[in-house]
Formats: sequence, structure tokens, C-alpha cells
Amino acid sequence: MQASTSTLPDAGTGRQILLSHFDDLDQQHLSSNLGMWFFLVSEVMFFSGLIGAYAVYRALSPVAFERASGHMDLWVGFFNTLVLLTSSLTMALAVRCSQIGDNRGIVRYLIATAVLGTVFLGVKGFEWKQEIDHHLLPGPHFVVPAEDAEALRAVSVGTDGQFDPVKYARNLGHFQMMFVLYFFMTGVHAFHMIVGVAAVLIFAVLAQIRWFSGYGTTQIEVLGLYWHFVDVVWVFLYPLLYLIG
Amino acid sequence: MSASAHARRDDGRPADYLSDTSVASWLLTTDHKRVGILYMLSVTLFFFVGGVIAGLMRLELMTPRGDVMSTPDAYNRMFTMHGVIMIFFFLVPAIPGVLGNFLLPLMIGARDLAFPKINLLSWYVYMIGGVMGVWILVYGGVDTGWTFYTPFSTMYSNTYVVTAAVAVFITGFSSILTGLNFIVTVHTMRAPGMTWFRLPLFVWSHYATALIMVLGTPVLAISVVLIGLERLFQFGIFDPKLGGDPILFQHLFWFYSHPAVYIMVLPGFAVISEIIPCFSRRPIFGYRFIAFASVAIAIFGFLVWGHHMFVSGQSMYAGAVFSILSFLVAIPSAIKVFNWTATLYKGSLRFDTPMLYAMGFMGLFTIGGLTGLMLASLAIDVHVHDTYFVVAHFHYIMVGGTTMAYLGGVHFWWPKITGRTYSELWGKLSALLVFVGFNLTFFPQFLLGYLGMPRRYFEYRPEFQVLNVMSTAGASILAVGFVLPLFYLLLSLRKAPDAGPNPWGATGLEWQVESPPTTHNFHEPVLVTCGPYMYSPEEAEREYASQHVHTA
Repeated sequence: MQASTSTLPDAGTGRQILLSHFDDLDQQHLSSNLGMWFFLVSEVMFFSGLIGAYAVYRALSPVAFERASGHMDLWVGFFNTLVLLTSSLTMALAVRCSQIGDNRGIVRYLIATAVLGTVFLGVKGFEWKQEIDHHLLPGPHFVVPAEDAEALRAVSVGTDGQFDPVKYARNLGHFQMMFVLYFFMTGVHAFHMIVGVAAVLIFAVLAQIRWFSGYGTTQIEVLGLYWHFVDVVWVFLYPLLYLIG
Repeated sequence: MSASAHARRDDGRPADYLSDTSVASWLLTTDHKRVGILYMLSVTLFFFVGGVIAGLMRLELMTPRGDVMSTPDAYNRMFTMHGVIMIFFFLVPAIPGVLGNFLLPLMIGARDLAFPKINLLSWYVYMIGGVMGVWILVYGGVDTGWTFYTPFSTMYSNTYVVTAAVAVFITGFSSILTGLNFIVTVHTMRAPGMTWFRLPLFVWSHYATALIMVLGTPVLAISVVLIGLERLFQFGIFDPKLGGDPILFQHLFWFYSHPAVYIMVLPGFAVISEIIPCFSRRPIFGYRFIAFASVAIAIFGFLVWGHHMFVSGQSMYAGAVFSILSFLVAIPSAIKVFNWTATLYKGSLRFDTPMLYAMGFMGLFTIGGLTGLMLASLAIDVHVHDTYFVVAHFHYIMVGGTTMAYLGGVHFWWPKITGRTYSELWGKLSALLVFVGFNLTFFPQFLLGYLGMPRRYFEYRPEFQVLNVMSTAGASILAVGFVLPLFYLLLSLRKAPDAGPNPWGATGLEWQVESPPTTHNFHEPVLVTCGPYMYSPEEAEREYASQHVHTA
């Protein structure tokens, strides 16, 4: 606990309120943190099934995945990675402010985090729009671009060196599968970002009206864990989806 | 333990967690004991809904021709709804939701779970899923089987698959929240002196269950989301024409749903590990082995999903590896059964109702487990895959195991939960009826499956009728056995609390507080100085001499 000039248990200053079923503040803080950590473990499993599927299909049709990845703009993705990593910095600063009791700092950095998160989502939406315009959204309107179809035809040869139509069909399918996984994984990630931005904004308002006891040290730290996790997911998705082409 | 300094009820008895009877106090409660009661009411409701459907199915199967239900598809919907309701709305939440919620904090000397509000939230989330499930049932049902196999579920079925997927998705979150709460509670809320190896085995088993809930459920969630998206937008992830793979769904689904079997049965082990030492008056044999066996089951459980897919075109080598790994899971399960048996050896056994259920559990779970080994062998599985042999096997685990354990646990802790004792005679009778009815229902199904009767058909060849009639007759006995406790347990509520704090003379912190417990469980700080299950013959005599509240 930070040094406090006030001994009053009032909101916004002093110590955190101790809930009646805990023995002390350390236990309460540890429980909240541990709860978020295990929730994140659960989240890891949420993405791991998809990343497992990605690994299997990429191993089956590496060329199809590389060609599909070539349609993603790696510099836009790079920009977004920078934005997200910066938002992690501002989030870490907000957590720090809550520990030293700088309420204005908390609000400022939380808003900065939310803005950066929104920028990320905007850029992501712009990317999706481009891909949908190029008929790369899986479904009835999906079209494999001609040059990719050509390249996949070239690698679809059987053991006898002849063109193998079954392999070709599978390669075309896995080209689309890459986009299924791309849209689904980035979509689920974006959903987590939206939840995160909403939570960050709510926390900024609550910090502004001094709703938290003890500057919300525990609550903001737990929110920070979530935010960093969503960041880390992107750090995995970016190379898997953008950088293999 | 004195309660004189505390508030009293209208009738002069000390206030307990049940004192406040307003509806709002129940719907907004964050007391783990009350949330446990809410779960008890709901799982009982879903159990009987699922049970009625099972009854209809058995009625249909009494004759070789389809005559009770109008169409084969109606039968398909029936077995699907039976599976969905029983698994997601009864078996998964039953023991953790009811007994786990009620007892876990009491057993470790805590005032509540770490996150009481999230605990209540988990019940609401569960109820939303459950109400959607019943809504689907009323409006026509789903016909995919509880496994939602693609491509049938994504391309052909014209029933409420998306709604069912959403219901299962939502209910999954309830189980994640419960799991999170249990894990954190066990880590941070233990009373001073309650070391990991002084925890009752009930807590160890629930900890292992919670691990599976947290690690497995998200994968199920993602699979059913993909089903929903595939149906709505034809993304092609499970459609071979578009490069997808229907088998991918089976991998994702069983990655959760095999561990989910252990979500259902590990809490059963939890209950049995408490009942057996109490009614044998002996410390449990091999405490650490049982504790680590729970964790081992939770870990191995994640590595065996492929044994559901021996005939799904998975490679023979993968099949062989999954087969060997499945044999390995039997080891920790067998450790438990042998240790319980060793606990009985030279104990002073008392055959009260909970003990009857526990003994039934041991026998039936062993049969279920051993037939599981048969199914894990590649050659036998190819022969009996998708026959009644499989149906009989998992009902021996799910009904003979989990449901027996749940009923045993409810009978064991009923005096603690309500403060009332129930009629021992009726209790024993119902335990006996459940055991006899269960075996009559499901043992013939092993024979049917071995003879080649496939599961999930509403007509069958006439030579199978005798065994099917036996099964249906057994189901009616089983139904009586399940309905009886509803009556005598509810009737026990009419009398004044008569149980006393510890009617069975059991060890454990939960038996040292009054029945029913007060809102904050303990009146003074708890300090634990010894391990669990300190039963001895002298102690047994002393306990029974001083209490003699309970007479059989």
C-alpha cells in the first residue's frame, strides 16, 4: 500500500475498502490478481484451438497460406502493432499512477489507452473493408485471385510430377481457410479490444469521479493485466497472419 | 460453539443463512450457501426435465417399431435434448454448483468464495443458458445429437442449432466463472494452518475439476461459435467443398468434451472421498495418492480426445497413441477405487443412506471404468462404436457414477444444509431402488451393444426386444428411485431443525459449525491444527456416545 496522508476510508483517497469475506488487503489484492490471471489462462485456451487449427492447415498447404498472407498489408499491420504496444505503455503508466496515488494521471493515461485502442480498431476496420472489397471474405462471394490460383496450380503436382486436381482443390480450399482463420482470429481479437476499450473508458470515468477507494490500485492493475493480454495476442497474430508471405 | 450473542429468528432459534426469506434476498444473494441452494433448485428441475425425456425414449424403445413418437426425427430431437439438458444443465453444474459452492468455503475455513458476486453471476448465466435450452425444447428441439457433429449440424439440420449453440456457449461461461472462483478460493482463502495436505479430498477434487473447467470450456465455446458462424454465413470452415474439414470440429469438440467427462465425474470422487472414511470410521487410505490422482486425471484427460475418433478417419498411429493414453487415465482412477476399498478394510462400517450411495458408486463406476478400457482398445471399439455398448458405458459413469455421488452427497450434507434429518428408511429404500433400477436399465444395453444394436435409432430388429423391455422396466424403477428423495427430503423441511451440528460424527470444519450454518460460517477465527479424516475407533465411540442424535 502506498503512503497515505489520510486515514479516512473515504473514496478516492486512503486505503482500499476491505470486503467482509477477506481477512486483509493483501489477500484481497492477491485474490483479484489471481482471478484475472486464471481468466487469462482461460482466454489463452480460447485462442489456442484456433492457432492449433492454423498450424495443422498451414503444414498441409504451406504455399496456400503464404499466398493468402501476401494479401495482407504488413506495414499497416506493423503500424497497428506499434499503436497497440504504445497503448500497453500508457496502460502500464496508468497502473503506476494508481500505485502512487496520482488520480489525474490515472484518468489521463486511461483515456490515452482508450484512444490508441480505438485507433487500432479503426485501422483494423479499414483493412477488413479492403479485403472484403477484394472478395476475400470467406463465404459465397469468395474469389481466389487469378495469380494465386495460377501459383497454386503450379505447386499442385503429384508424386509423378503431373498436375494433381485433388491437391489443387485442397490448396484452393486452404487458401480460403487461411482467410477464415484470419477473419475469425482478428475478429475475436477485435471483440476483446472493444470490451477492453469500453472497460478502460468506464474506469476513466470512475477514476474521475473518485469512485474507487485507494485510487483503485487493485482494479486498475487487473484491468491492465487484461489489456496487456489482448496486446500479447496481437503480438502472436501479427507474425502468424502477416509475416509468412 | 455458542451463537447466543447473535441475532435470533422469529421463533427464537439463532439466525442462520436461511433466516431471510424474501425473494429479493434470494435473487440478490452473494452468500455461497444460498447460491448453492439456487443451483440445487435449478439442477433438480433440469434433471427431471431430462429424465422425462429419457422416459419417453425408453417407452418408444419398448417395441421394435416406432409407435410412441410420430416420426423418427421426433426421436432424434428427444435424444439430443436429453443429452444437452443432462450434460450441460445437470451433470456439469450439479456437484460443483450445489455441493461445491456450499461446502468449499466451509471446508477450508473461509467466510465465502473469493468472488461472491461472480458466483451469483455464474448462476444467472447458467439460468439464461438453461432457459434457452428449455425454450428450444418447447419450440421443437435440435436433432444433431448433443455432440453437434458437422457437417450435419452446419449444412443439413433444419432445427434450432444456432440457438442451442448459443445456449451451450453461455452455459460454458457459467462453468468458467465457477472454476475461476474455486481455484482462486483454494489458493488465497484457506484458514491459517489449512495447508494443501490438510485440505479435505473434496477440495482437491474440486480444484482439479476447476482446472479443467477453466482450460477446457473455452475450446468448446470456440467450437460452437464456429458452428453458429458456419450456419449463418457459410464461411466454409467445416465444409469440404470450400476447403474446410468436418473432422476439425470433432477435434475441437472432443478436446473439451472428453475432459468434460472428468468435470462431471471428479466432483463425484470428491463426494465419495468424504463419505467412505466417515462411515468406515477410518482415516482415508493413501491421502496423497488420491489427491494427486485427481490432478493427474485432470491433466491426462486433455490428452485422450482422439479415442472418440477411432473410426473418423484419423490415422492409425494417432489412434494407437490415443488408445495408450486412454489406458493411462485408468491408472489414477483405479488408484482412487483401490484406496477407497482399502479404507473400508477393517473399518467399522455403517450402512446409512449416503454410504449405500457411495458403495453403489464404487461398483458402478468400476464397471463403467473397465468398459471404458474396452472401448479404448482399438479393435473392440471398431466393433462396438456407436452401439448401445457405448451408451451403457457412459451411463455407468454419468448416472452410476456422478448421479449416485450427487445423491449420496445430498443425503450426507442434507442435515448440514437444512438442519434437518430425513427418514433413514425411505433413504435406504430409494438408494436400493436407484441401484437395482439402474442396473436393470443399463446392463442389458451392454449386451444389446455387443450384439450390434446401434444407438440413436428409434426402430430396431425384433430379436433385441427382450433386452429392451428389461431396460425400459429398469428405467421405471429408476424413476421411482429418483422421485422418492424429492418427497422425503422436502417433507423433512416441515419439522424443526433436529440434526445438530454433526449427526454423522464426521470430521471436517463444516461439521463444527451449527446446522444450518450462519451467514459468515464461523463465529471466531479458524485455526487448523490437524489433517483431515482423523477417525479412530475410540473417537467413533466417543462421538456416537455424546451425540446419539442420529438413529438408523
